[in-house]
Amino acid sequence: MAEESILTDDFLRELMNVGEVDLVIGVPTYNDAKTVGQVVQAIRAGLLKYFPRHRSVIINADGGSKDGTQDLVRAASISDLQHVTNVSALRTLHCISTQYPGGPASGTALQTILAAGELLRANASAVVSPDATSIEPEWMDRLLQPVARDNVDLVTPVYGRQKSEGLLVRSLVYPMSRALYAKRVREPYPTEFAFSGRLGSHFLAKDIWSQEVGHIGAEIYLVISAIAGGFRLAQSFVGTKSRVMDHSSGDLVFAMRQTVGVLFWSLEQYFPLWSAQTESQPIPTIGAEHEISPEPVPIIPKRLYEMFVRGVAEIEPVLKSILSPQTLGELQRAATVPEGNFQYSDELWVRTAYEFAASYHKAVISRDHIIQAMAPLYRGKAYAFLEQNRDATPAEMENNVEALCQTFERSKPYLLELWNEKK
Amino acid sequence: MSQWQKFVTQLTQATQEIVASIAQFLPRLMVMLLIVLVGWLIAYVLRSILRTILRLARFDKLSEHAGASQLLRKAALPPSSELLSRFIFWIAWISFILIGASVLGIGGLQQHISQFFGFLPRLFAALFIFFFGLLAASFFSRAALLAAVNADLPSPRLVSFTIRTMIIVFALSMGFEELGLGERTVLVAFTLVFGALMLGLALAFGIGGQDLARRFLERRFVHERKEPKEDELSPL
Repeated sequence: MAEESILTDDFLRELMNVGEVDLVIGVPTYNDAKTVGQVVQAIRAGLLKYFPRHRSVIINADGGSKDGTQDLVRAASISDLQHVTNVSALRTLHCISTQYPGGPASGTALQTILAAGELLRANASAVVSPDATSIEPEWMDRLLQPVARDNVDLVTPVYGRQKSEGLLVRSLVYPMSRALYAKRVREPYPTEFAFSGRLGSHFLAKDIWSQEVGHIGAEIYLVISAIAGGFRLAQSFVGTKSRVMDHSSGDLVFAMRQTVGVLFWSLEQYFPLWSAQTESQPIPTIGAEHEISPEPVPIIPKRLYEMFVRGVAEIEPVLKSILSPQTLGELQRAATVPEGNFQYSDELWVRTAYEFAASYHKAVISRDHIIQAMAPLYRGKAYAFLEQNRDATPAEMENNVEALCQTFERSKPYLLELWNEKK
Repeated sequence: MSQWQKFVTQLTQATQEIVASIAQFLPRLMVMLLIVLVGWLIAYVLRSILRTILRLARFDKLSEHAGASQLLRKAALPPSSELLSRFIFWIAWISFILIGASVLGIGGLQQHISQFFGFLPRLFAALFIFFFGLLAASFFSRAALLAAVNADLPSPRLVSFTIRTMIIVFALSMGFEELGLGERTVLVAFTLVFGALMLGLALAFGIGGQDLARRFLERRFVHERKEPKEDELSPL
């Protein structure tokens, strides 16, 4: 059913010309002319090098780019490869670009890729972000091989990161999703991942594509659905994550809607699952489990602290309807502490996150407003986290992340208590 | 016929007329009292049903969101679901009292009664407008507050308060227009407030925001390389 609505006639014709394939690589784009050529080249090189006997297709799902992204994808697919000069495909390797309807939305792009993968009966598929400038051909091997060879259903990435990168994932999305769904998936909101045809069809059949979660944040919901559906998970170290900062990548509220919003939303769908889980379990990891750059944090943005202090004061009436008086009181006291001595303890942060999740469930105010109201508090935690790890070694920083995760797990009964309170 | 007999005859006639009037009026009065009593019962049942429905529909929560509950608390009034239930009780009962009064056949009262019933739909429409005006004011002022805080704009509470006030004034003017009360006064007041606000904003932005406007236009049309902000760490 999904194919009928999302795949255009021209795209269907192109897919029919391709015929059945073994591998589908999806590249969702929107005005990514600066980087997409390099990414497609790396994907092709990876496929030729590691999967020369597989029938493959690269599918570019574009949200209506106006900077010639689609032309660049097509050009990259027929240009000479710089990465691999002495390898050629033994089977077919196609590259198709299509524009999906409804404007740019990562979820719709994913739906297009899933529908195409199902139609082409691909055994394994991968999605690669068009702004992954650090991509190497080896990423294809690391992501796809566990699915193609070992029958894993979902492979999420593990990235090498700078200390100051991916703070929302490290301080909230990973620890909270791990505590709730009891699986230690380091990147619950992956921008590069691989999945089996079985999981692709399972997820495509979900009734989410007409909802907001189907447009933004479908990636994290895919991971949660895979956990809930009992699919085989693994994670694979791919390398350093380096991206071009564009307008949207610095937009904290948008990032929180994509990740925290969908995580909170999923709690209602999967209450029987997460409420019954206790201790988290590791999932098979290929390569390093984490790799944090040892360099000290160059600048700790003072604005994070200032926006936290100002946010707590300005949105107090909103926070009153979300947080308990005790938590709000502690936050207000923390906001009076000078910058040098500022602390946002793990316990307080976990309580804040759980109270927000419960308020989201009870819809005490507009749910989008709840997510927006969390942004200033996250800034405070991000600042405290950077201060705490300014000169920490990678191992020390990892210990700090682990301690936060354990606090989330220990405090899970508090969320259940809040959840079951009368609305 | 002597004067005395004439007096007695007239007195008897008058008494008979009074008795006849009372005999004519008494059943009507009894019907009226019956209508009032039945009306009270119906109004009471209506109040109970409405109170249950509002409780099930979590109307108090909606009212809390709209900011109406805070206003009621400040005025030492009961919660909105209770207030609305009582309001419906009184409206229903007064309606029955008026229907009962119309049975008495008192001249001139009929017109007032029909006016009252004609006014009821407008009263409900006005209350509906007030309530949803408050709801909209609360939602949009909160949205503005959060957006302003997250964008690090100056005076977020002022922005939020301004939006709230404007929407409430707008809802009030619409409500009063619906009721037909001081239409011109409210319209003029709204026009003045809105005009003054827009003029104030125009002056504030024009004088105070020259640099901001220049930077915005440059960013929009000149496509200068964007300087990374201090806090633009990729959260993902």
